[in-house]
Amino acid sequence: MRKPYFLLKTPPTTPEPAEKLAPWAETTVVGKPLPRVDAYERVSGSAVYALDLFLPDMLYAAILRCPHAHAIVKKVDTAAATKMPGVRAVLTDSDTEARIPWYFTEKGPTSRLFDPHCRYEGEEIAAVAAETPHQAADALRAIVVEYEELPFVVDLDSALKPGAPLIHEGGNQVEGTLVYERGDIAKGFADAEAIVERTFRTSCEIHTPMEVHGSVAKWDGNRLTVWDTTQGVFQVQQSLADALRLPLSNVRVIGQYMGGGFGSKLEISKHTVIAAILARKTARPVKLFISREESFLCVGNRPANTMSLKAGVRKDGTLTAMHLINRGAVGAYPGWAGVGSQVADLYTCAHVRVEETCGHINAGQERAFRAPGFPQCSWALEQVMDELAAAIGLDPVEFRLTSIPVVSQRQGGKPYTSTGLRQCLVEGARAFGWDAARGGHRRNGPWLRGAGVAACQWGWPGGPPSTVIVRYFADGSVSLNMGASDIGTGTKTIMAMVVAEELGVALDRIQIEHADTGTTQYATPSGGSKTVPSDSPAVRAAAVAVKRKLLAMGAEQLEAAEDEVVLKAGEILVAGSPDKKVRLAELEGLMNQQVVIGVGHREQNPLDKVTKPFGAQFAEVEVNERTGEVRILRLLGAHDSGRVMNRLTYQNQVFGGMTMGIGFGMTERRVLDRQTGKMVNSNWHDYKIPTAMDVPADLTCVPIDVPDNEFNSTGTKGLGEPATIPTAAAIANAVYAATGIRVTDAPINPTQLASLLADQRKRG
Amino acid sequence: MSSLSKLRVRLRVNGEEHEMLVPVEKTLLEVLREDMGLTGTKHGCELGECGACAVLVDGKPVLSCLALPVELEGHEIMTVEGLAAAGRMHPLQEAFADLGAAQCGYCTPGFLLAAKSLLEQSSDPTRDEIKDALAGNLCRCTGYIKIYEAVELAARRMRSGSETAPEQAVLYGR
Ligand code: FES
Ligand code: FES
Repeated sequence: MRKPYFLLKTPPTTPEPAEKLAPWAETTVVGKPLPRVDAYERVSGSAVYALDLFLPDMLYAAILRCPHAHAIVKKVDTAAATKMPGVRAVLTDSDTEARIPWYFTEKGPTSRLFDPHCRYEGEEIAAVAAETPHQAADALRAIVVEYEELPFVVDLDSALKPGAPLIHEGGNQVEGTLVYERGDIAKGFADAEAIVERTFRTSCEIHTPMEVHGSVAKWDGNRLTVWDTTQGVFQVQQSLADALRLPLSNVRVIGQYMGGGFGSKLEISKHTVIAAILARKTARPVKLFISREESFLCVGNRPANTMSLKAGVRKDGTLTAMHLINRGAVGAYPGWAGVGSQVADLYTCAHVRVEETCGHINAGQERAFRAPGFPQCSWALEQVMDELAAAIGLDPVEFRLTSIPVVSQRQGGKPYTSTGLRQCLVEGARAFGWDAARGGHRRNGPWLRGAGVAACQWGWPGGPPSTVIVRYFADGSVSLNMGASDIGTGTKTIMAMVVAEELGVALDRIQIEHADTGTTQYATPSGGSKTVPSDSPAVRAAAVAVKRKLLAMGAEQLEAAEDEVVLKAGEILVAGSPDKKVRLAELEGLMNQQVVIGVGHREQNPLDKVTKPFGAQFAEVEVNERTGEVRILRLLGAHDSGRVMNRLTYQNQVFGGMTMGIGFGMTERRVLDRQTGKMVNSNWHDYKIPTAMDVPADLTCVPIDVPDNEFNSTGTKGLGEPATIPTAAAIANAVYAATGIRVTDAPINPTQLASLLADQRKRG
Repeated sequence: MSSLSKLRVRLRVNGEEHEMLVPVEKTLLEVLREDMGLTGTKHGCELGECGACAVLVDGKPVLSCLALPVELEGHEIMTVEGLAAAGRMHPLQEAFADLGAAQCGYCTPGFLLAAKSLLEQSSDPTRDEIKDALAGNLCRCTGYIKIYEAVELAARRMRSGSETAPEQAVLYGR
């Protein structure tokens, strides 16, 4: 099984060296607040998501999952289930075709598709395909499994103690403590005039996109087609080809409309392979979707972290040293729960040490979740920054402004291609009315008001590989062919705008083919906030390749030199000779060949520089001092993500990211019962994501629209993930400003805050 | 709990009468999606928690994952597919499209129907009324704000009977 992009060690390259185009001097389409090109499909109910696909003769499959936190499967008796009405296939570990290795480390697999050693509640035991979903569900109930229950451990502290139940041979610690170090923290702390040291905890958060995960699989001979709820069709294609030992060319994965992923759909899940095997076994198409409850257990999460952070500062605001010790629980299978990068990189600091240790517990495996590790780090780092500012009597915004780096200290001191962190803080503060909001405590009955700030940086810039094809038809309409998925962020719209910008074609004359391994070109999965910065330059290159061919045709027809002609409003003109022109529709070359094809590749990232998106968010809250209830009154996000490609989709990302941050900071928390090892809130009733009632009416987005032209030819950096990083910390800092209480454990929730307020009253 | 017993039901969906045999255990959501091919109504949880499956029954939002078809005979059911009329999108659909209130779009049909029910009771709802009416629908993408703004824009357009352009502040951020 190949690794997801974010675990690759060597940076990917372009298929062939691509020239970097000069930046746009001005734009006419790019930057506008344009509605989505597929908005009609999304508001009319006509968009076909994978779950909406009903193929002729299709079977429905379901998975039997281990109800225990830790157990060995002794026996699986499927005799009764096999005879149930409508049942067409039952799959267990005794089928050799199901013996597929799964969950890999560098050294190899740690498990298999139906591993008899079940290491968490929800592990796959068997699967059934039947004529109807209800028949499949009934058959699951008829499977008799004999388990030997094992002792389990669901919290990391206990898991790392000697004598803890072993989840894998060789211990519960994920191999190797990661240590990052620069300078000498002992010296740094000796130089400090104020030191803050505190331990922070974050809770395990579940992605819960509105669309559950699933696949429809269909075979034609030895060729497999899978319609999947995925953020990256090529990732799923590779994983399926590896698991089923098929050539890539025999596996077609399609994922055009999907209902959100947030990282949980970045990699393949077992159910996709199970659907494919059942479809082969029955020679029928098979649909396998997991249930909402299952989605809380087995398709990833943001791991819980415990972070001890010590930081020192001088009275002038110079950060002298930072020391982070982080521990994170990756779940039962290989993963990583590191958080340290912002500690090492966001602010100028000479002496830094980060120690990160990850361990296994009997729970579902972590997966990338919108800015993996970053909101957790922000929760600790930005609260400590707030305390340091108070300790030296500086305003929190001003304090941050004293430590803005222009180089990446973590990546060898290489300069950034651009950094808008200062503008994010300054312009954000101005738009928020920061000074007024900070001025004095305000009380309104039992409600105490306060404002807070937090800044952030995101770690993945994006880059090659990406290959895109643009076809220009004889009637002036265009086909844009790209592998990238549009996971709801507006990717298709932004890419079409790039084509429109270069070729002057109206958006409704651009047909988009995307996210289909059978018909489109390789793209990395849509995740890491890197789709626009990775793929839009390739789209631009493809459109420019078309443009150059059209210009060459025009030059030939007009008997002019190629550097004399320009394309404008559907005509090729010769500079300086107003009557020498030809409409594209009358271009002989185009008429003769009927189509002009341009291939574009993403150019290489600059080697001597580092690219990061930045941001700052501001929160104003009211806390009820009796009940601990928090009302978020206002949130403002100021983000530097390079060029703003489309104001509307930009705002969508910022508002959506901040709202997810509200969930992380205020309510979301996986609760594992220590008595049973089971998740007790695997549903949206008990696991609270923000609703319409939890989001402030006053959400503001301040785009810092500065193109990063050194980074790529569209000047874009990522946005979706940074928008969720600092929200929770900004809220926590606002809660502190309101109450004087430092909430170290996320989520803040009223129960916790009420008891902290009670403690505060007792202390007087 | 699957059974071989099927019931004959008559359902009026989007103004059309349908008569069919459905297994007794099937929910309205399943019948709409699996038997009638109306897949615009979404499956989010099948537990009554998310509102993705909302449809209108006699103009009121109902969670189709919790409703049984037999209970709905003689009632008027509307799904997202029934919103557009005479070849034109409903003003709510247009406003959702114009303002980016549908990101992944998975929650959108449920929101559209809940909002339609609201606008039928009140042509000029306040922000709080909108929040209240939509509180049963979850969205993991948008942060809801564009959804409120779209409902307000649609209400404005419906009151004035014409296309009003979205405000600058809405499009360019405040
Ligand atoms: S699917 Fe009906 S409420 Fe979620
Ligand atoms: S738009 Fe994706 S869930 Fe609402």
